[in-house]
Amino acid sequence: MDKSPLLSIRDLEVRFRTEEGEVTPVRGVTLSVGAGETVALVGESGSGKSVTSLATMGLLPRPAGRVSGGQILFRKRSGETVDLATLPSSDLRKLRGSEIAMIFQEPMTSLNPVLTVGEQIAESVRLHMSLGHAAALKRAEEMLELVEIPNARRRVHEYPHQMSGGMRQRVMIALAMSCNPSLLIADEPTTALDVTIQAQILVLIERLQKELGMGVLFITHNLGVVAEIADRVTVMYAGQVVETGTVGAIFRTPRHPYTSALLNCLPARAQRGEDGRRVVQSIPGSIGPVGDGCAFAPRCSQAADVCRTGSIMLEAEMERSVRCVRWREAFA
Amino acid sequence: MDRSPILLFFRRMFRRKLVLVAFVVLFVIMLMALLAPWVAPYEPTAIKVIRRLKPPGELNWLGTDEFGRDVFSRIIYGARASLGIGFAVVVVSMTVGTLFGLLAGYFRSLDGVVMRVVDALMALPDILLAIFLVAVLGASAFNVVLALSIVYTPRVVRVVRASTLVIRELPFVEAARALGVSTRRILSVHILLNVASPVLVQATFIFAYAVLAEAGLSFLGAGVPPELPTWGTMIASGQQYADDAFWVVLFPGLAIVLAALSLQIVGDGLRDMLDPKLRKAL
Amino acid sequence: MSASPLLAVEGLTKHFGRAPHLVRAVEDVSFHIAPGEVLGLVGESGSGKSTIGRLVLRLIESTAGTIRFEGQDISKLPERQLKFLRRNAQMVFQDPYASLNPRLRVRDIIGEAIDAHRLASGAKRTERIGELLETVGLPASHMSRFPHEFSGGQRQRIGVARALAVEPKLIVADEPVSALDVSVQAQVINLMQDLRQRFGLAMLFISHDLDVVELMCDRIAVLYLGRVMEIGSSEEISQRPRHPYTRALLAASPKADPDAPKIRRMLTGDIPSPMAPPSGCVFRTRCPMATDECARSVPKLRSAGDGHKFACHYDTANDERPAAA
Repeated sequence: MDKSPLLSIRDLEVRFRTEEGEVTPVRGVTLSVGAGETVALVGESGSGKSVTSLATMGLLPRPAGRVSGGQILFRKRSGETVDLATLPSSDLRKLRGSEIAMIFQEPMTSLNPVLTVGEQIAESVRLHMSLGHAAALKRAEEMLELVEIPNARRRVHEYPHQMSGGMRQRVMIALAMSCNPSLLIADEPTTALDVTIQAQILVLIERLQKELGMGVLFITHNLGVVAEIADRVTVMYAGQVVETGTVGAIFRTPRHPYTSALLNCLPARAQRGEDGRRVVQSIPGSIGPVGDGCAFAPRCSQAADVCRTGSIMLEAEMERSVRCVRWREAFA
Repeated sequence: MDRSPILLFFRRMFRRKLVLVAFVVLFVIMLMALLAPWVAPYEPTAIKVIRRLKPPGELNWLGTDEFGRDVFSRIIYGARASLGIGFAVVVVSMTVGTLFGLLAGYFRSLDGVVMRVVDALMALPDILLAIFLVAVLGASAFNVVLALSIVYTPRVVRVVRASTLVIRELPFVEAARALGVSTRRILSVHILLNVASPVLVQATFIFAYAVLAEAGLSFLGAGVPPELPTWGTMIASGQQYADDAFWVVLFPGLAIVLAALSLQIVGDGLRDMLDPKLRKAL
Repeated sequence: MSASPLLAVEGLTKHFGRAPHLVRAVEDVSFHIAPGEVLGLVGESGSGKSTIGRLVLRLIESTAGTIRFEGQDISKLPERQLKFLRRNAQMVFQDPYASLNPRLRVRDIIGEAIDAHRLASGAKRTERIGELLETVGLPASHMSRFPHEFSGGQRQRIGVARALAVEPKLIVADEPVSALDVSVQAQVINLMQDLRQRFGLAMLFISHDLDVVELMCDRIAVLYLGRVMEIGSSEEISQRPRHPYTRALLAASPKADPDAPKIRRMLTGDIPSPMAPPSGCVFRTRCPMATDECARSVPKLRSAGDGHKFACHYDTANDERPAAA
């Protein structure tokens, strides 16, 4: 990539005020998404991946949450680069509807139940293009065709509740595409869907991404989905990026012990034990409170004394980066 | 992390200052009612004709009524009756309402019958139904409690039934059934423990309504006999002197407002705290 | 196949509601589970897999069919005669949060199972609860805690301990690891595998995740709109699927391997509503090989040898394997 990336998050830190005091669910996220590229942000619950995506979209719940450090740089179509973390909310809102689009896990809550899907898409279209009502509705119909909804002419007049989960997610995608965005942020868009429907949506997102040349930030916990859709992968653990690399590198030669252990937890990678039974590896414990040193150390089979002190930096090298002081020894 | 659920409860509860104030006000009123003989400066029935209808002053902080009785002392003793009646209504309507609500929510065969009776009772305006019942039963403190309990029980039935309908479908109830746990235990442990929160919220509201309704009934002459000092009977007997001696009705009126308002605010506070959706938004 | 199955289900049918809103949740489903055997039920939403689990445990009433547990038909027995079923068949639930009563301590959650069958009391009871917690990998000292003090994976362990308290022969596990993170999911899978071996448990393992089912189960039944499409050994189903739906399902589940072929062939359209299932073969509306015959008659399960059966009018043995399977 010779040009600056479309989206570049640097050392992002997010704090939340809670009853028990302030917490820092994101405390060191660096990642980039180039134009026409799909980057998967992977992590388990508590990893901070969703908070990262909310921060990027400027949708942190206020006033409890705020970006307390780092930058979220976005390159606009005009060539100008802006920091989404400090942009006034009115400018951010304008950007969100036009150059940055989002889709979520549960389309039902993101769609207005009292408007037909056509009206909702038309409304969004008219916000960004000067089109009349009829023309906007026509455009909505085209958008539904773009996302392969059968009988678009008829379904443009349907309400969200008349549609299945898969169809609603398609409508959400149509809505997101209606403003021709350069960046799509997809937060677990297929998690609530059945596997045969998930396959349809994944193929659809991939197709649209190629046709429209969008950058896609795809947040998911599903490693199968990552392998299916991503060009590059960013793995998060306990609020930090622990590893970044191309999808092939991450899956074939993971460098961080967490990435490696996570992949071995997959049932499909179960190994036959001595008694002939197939057993999956597991990682003991669960994401715990963050202390000194590497956050994964308490669960890591490779942890040594050096892992338990100081702060561990993200080491970058070519297209890869890893936050582990022992990765060379651990995978020697 | 604070492990004590009770401490956490109060910390959440009093995050809003108004709730704390209301709670303190209620606490003081109740304490005074309980300790009336020691707190009240005079006997509530001590008649002193020469000091009738005296304005608030040093001797009688809130003035005296038409028989020269101390208004402040009567308010304190009146709190005993007013709050006592309210509390009794809460206890009776909670007990009966929870029982029927559980049964209606858990056994679909009983649901129809119970809920039609509830609907019928709730179709009538509260105070009219109460007046009618007291008229039929006769005016006494006991009958006022009975009448108001009949009026407010349906609300409890509704709340408990609605919660029961949700909880009975939850996996932990299914788990209990799969274990062969008796229906009685499922109702009394699994469901009852989990409807306790909404019922508690409802209880504070009913307490407030009952205090107001008792006053209303007494004022209309359909409540407790006038000999018994309650905030309602004080206003009722004082109203004809109100033009010359506003304090005879103002202070009992304020007592009613203060008690009912505090109860409602505490109820709101409880509801906000117990509703996880609202809690998140805070 | 054992001579006397632990559980034998014949023609099981469940309809919810009544016309015109009749939901055909389960339609003429038959299977059996031998002692110590794990049968997987796989399917997408509307497949009726969770309903079957609840029917088997008599948590809901069947519309038709028989359910034999150790030879005795339990499908019509009144609740008071079900004590032996409650003692021998238990359930583990999907949602680690809603499956434990938030107001009870762990001691009482597990103790309830012991009390219901008067298995122990007093100090023995406490001892037994501690033992059960240790069996599922939790310290006995945690028994006085409330559910909210545990993580999702730990709660799921408590749910397993509760099910084990009555020393059952059969466990119906309804998506027991679906709500868990991958790393925790692996812990619970391994725990269930261990327990299965230690106690010789039979299981009805319900899941939408083919990888998990393949790992956990001896045999797999694939369900679609309340009907069995295919049933057979795990290996047969995953390596030599015969039903077009099974193939599509295998092809659609993304593989955690960037070198695996991408999803290219896939099912079009939506899963029909169980309120209006298609005539004939319920899968025909999405089946790439459907013909007029499929609309006319319901295909019967037929044998592909070795207890492997599939419900399709066409012999699919010689077809090319789906690209990503």
